[in-house]
Amino acid sequence: MSEDSDDRARWAELFDIALPPIERDQATRRRGLFSRLKDNLTKPRQAISPQLAGIFAPGLITRETWDDLEEALIAADCGMDAAVALVEELRAEAQLGRIVNRDEIASGLTKAVTRQMTPEPPRIPIGADPTVILVVGVNGSGKTTSVGKLAYRLSELGQQVVIGAADTFRAAAIDQLAIWADRSGAQLVRQGPGADPGAVAFDAVASGTARGADVVLIDTAGRLQTQHNLMEELRKVHAVVGKANPDAPHETLLVLDATTGQNGLSQARLFGAAVPLTGVIVTKLDGSAKGGIAVAINRELGIPVKLVGVGEKLEDLQPFDAAAYAEAIFSPTPTG
Amino acid sequence: MFDTLSDKLQGVFSGLRGRGKLTESDIDQAMRAIRLSLLEADVSLPVVKQLTSAIGARARGAEVMTSLTPDQQVVKIVNEELANLMGGTTVSLPISPHPPTIVLMAGLQGSGKTTCSAKLARYYQQQGRAPMLVACDVHRPAAAEQLSVLGAQLGVPVHREDGGSDAIGIAQRGIAAAKRSVRDLVIVDTAGRTVVDEAMMSELVGVRDAVHPTAVVLVLDSMTGQSAVEVAEAFQEAVQFDGVILTKLDGDARGGAALSVRAVTGRPIFFVGTGEKIDALEAFHPDRMASRILGMGDVLSLIERAQQNVDVDTAKDLEKKIMGGGLTLEDFLDQLRQIRKMGPIGQLLGMVPGFRNATKGRDLAIDDRQLDRVEAIIQSMTAGERRRPETINGSRRQRIARGSGTSVQEVNQLLAQFKQMRKMMKRIGKGGLPPVLGT
Repeated sequence: MSEDSDDRARWAELFDIALPPIERDQATRRRGLFSRLKDNLTKPRQAISPQLAGIFAPGLITRETWDDLEEALIAADCGMDAAVALVEELRAEAQLGRIVNRDEIASGLTKAVTRQMTPEPPRIPIGADPTVILVVGVNGSGKTTSVGKLAYRLSELGQQVVIGAADTFRAAAIDQLAIWADRSGAQLVRQGPGADPGAVAFDAVASGTARGADVVLIDTAGRLQTQHNLMEELRKVHAVVGKANPDAPHETLLVLDATTGQNGLSQARLFGAAVPLTGVIVTKLDGSAKGGIAVAINRELGIPVKLVGVGEKLEDLQPFDAAAYAEAIFSPTPTG
Repeated sequence: MFDTLSDKLQGVFSGLRGRGKLTESDIDQAMRAIRLSLLEADVSLPVVKQLTSAIGARARGAEVMTSLTPDQQVVKIVNEELANLMGGTTVSLPISPHPPTIVLMAGLQGSGKTTCSAKLARYYQQQGRAPMLVACDVHRPAAAEQLSVLGAQLGVPVHREDGGSDAIGIAQRGIAAAKRSVRDLVIVDTAGRTVVDEAMMSELVGVRDAVHPTAVVLVLDSMTGQSAVEVAEAFQEAVQFDGVILTKLDGDARGGAALSVRAVTGRPIFFVGTGEKIDALEAFHPDRMASRILGMGDVLSLIERAQQNVDVDTAKDLEKKIMGGGLTLEDFLDQLRQIRKMGPIGQLLGMVPGFRNATKGRDLAIDDRQLDRVEAIIQSMTAGERRRPETINGSRRQRIARGSGTSVQEVNQLLAQFKQMRKMMKRIGKGGLPPVLGT
């Protein structure tokens, strides 16, 4: 089966959109989704893999093995707490005799992380009229690009998309989004720079409803989670969206740069305190990014990862798959 | 910034405090806590090991073990080692003796290159230079537009070529344009790139070789995790950058990247970005930052900001009024505005020594929005009311509350506080410090 229809089926599954029966039948259950994600992920993994490769090399497990594993997890940005917890989990299995050799640690680790991070495939059901998705995050995390790519995917699946350009602060953010709207054929709801972001968000939802759109995507300005006033503004945008449609927003997604370290926890906590988060988009999980912070956030706050961006290309934003993610992070041998 | 690292280290030291001499296991415990703090602060693992072993070796030496105040000794050692690691002295961006100085900006996507380019232009414009911006990000949609908007805000010319995809050509023509119009500083903004993207990295090398920059600057997000070192090393290998600008340091990022990058690449940090506003760029002071990490406050930066923002004559005038007890609400409003010019109040308070400790665990209720309300209340008063607040009766209070969108209680509260402040000022003026301040 071609990779394209593969892709299409996975996105349809994420959005709960029915594909024509012929296409659906072609899609197999697991769809070899490792391929693309892992292709993208394994190359950059080289930075951590040698370290883990040493740990996973055949041989008896010693005290040092566990210490090394803990260090490797910290070096992957999992954070102290998640690293200690994961090591404890594996040690317990070792005591039960399920893990004897070091080369079994790799699969044990993948399983443990998969168990923790939503073993079920993530969903962003597109069913409401329209489904409203609010996208939030710190400066430079990749909100606008993610909104653009989502719009493109949804349009491809035959959904009518309205984009609300509620980042009225950053210079040229609206122009950037306009280019994405153009590419995807989505309609852009915009006002001038410096306009009230709440008003733009309201207009977008109202206009989406009036036009009978399927999805309204709302891009917001980047803000550091400690900026009280800007977080209050975000709270207001969220509330205003609710005024336009009492069920909205149906999804509020936090965009998280995969190179982020332990500050990611603070981001998830404080954004979550301002607006109820339904999921995380991990972006830029390429290059030297570790991505372990998503494991820490999921462990501590239980917010599921729903999408992963592994590169700059349009097709590099993918629905999240816990097993592929874990395997890619901790894979001892790059497939390249 | 760096709150948690300060808190943690202070936790360690307050445990040691008051116990007289240290034992070997005390030191071990302190080292473990320091290690954990540094890791949680995103300092990279190899650097943490290097740092803790240096601190550990010194802490076991005679200067600590025989000291009557071992905790202070350890603080001193950690402080010195942190400052050491961060490079000891302040290094500024090199300026070419043969203008134009050319600065090439490089970094990952979303690290803040475009914003930083504009901030740099503004910084040097303030110092009397004639900067020019060159938009070489041909990849991100509307990146050139973003730089143009920022340039227009500053009145700095921007060289851009729409629809072009040849970053190297744009850079060359940008430099040529700058020379023609006699600009003495050219800041070349480039696209964000990941270090494993060979095509993009070689584009950057191409731009560098075409423009022969005076300095290559790596723009690094202060929220970066363990990958900071690899990123810095990869850029180092590709383009040999001369220094770093650390961005988004106004958040609660613990900023371990600042510690790591210098240690691993040997390159200094030139500037730190500290806010959304275009003038929120400050010189990086490694020694001050070390004090800050240890929760010792950053009085020097505070004084510097005050000097930049406070008008000396107004301040002298005010001093006279305070001493004479003749402070009016008008003066108070002036004063408030002067302080607010220096930056968000929470950020300023973070620089005051001991402030973090004093407020530990308590929600810091002073935020800028509250000050907005105070300003609104005073602005809703007539000039006469501001000069003689005692004339403000019940119906005036109602009017003021309505006018400022606040409540009568809030107006009452402000007036009561002001009354008390005036009383206190009078006593200071007479030479008798009130007991609260005297102790």
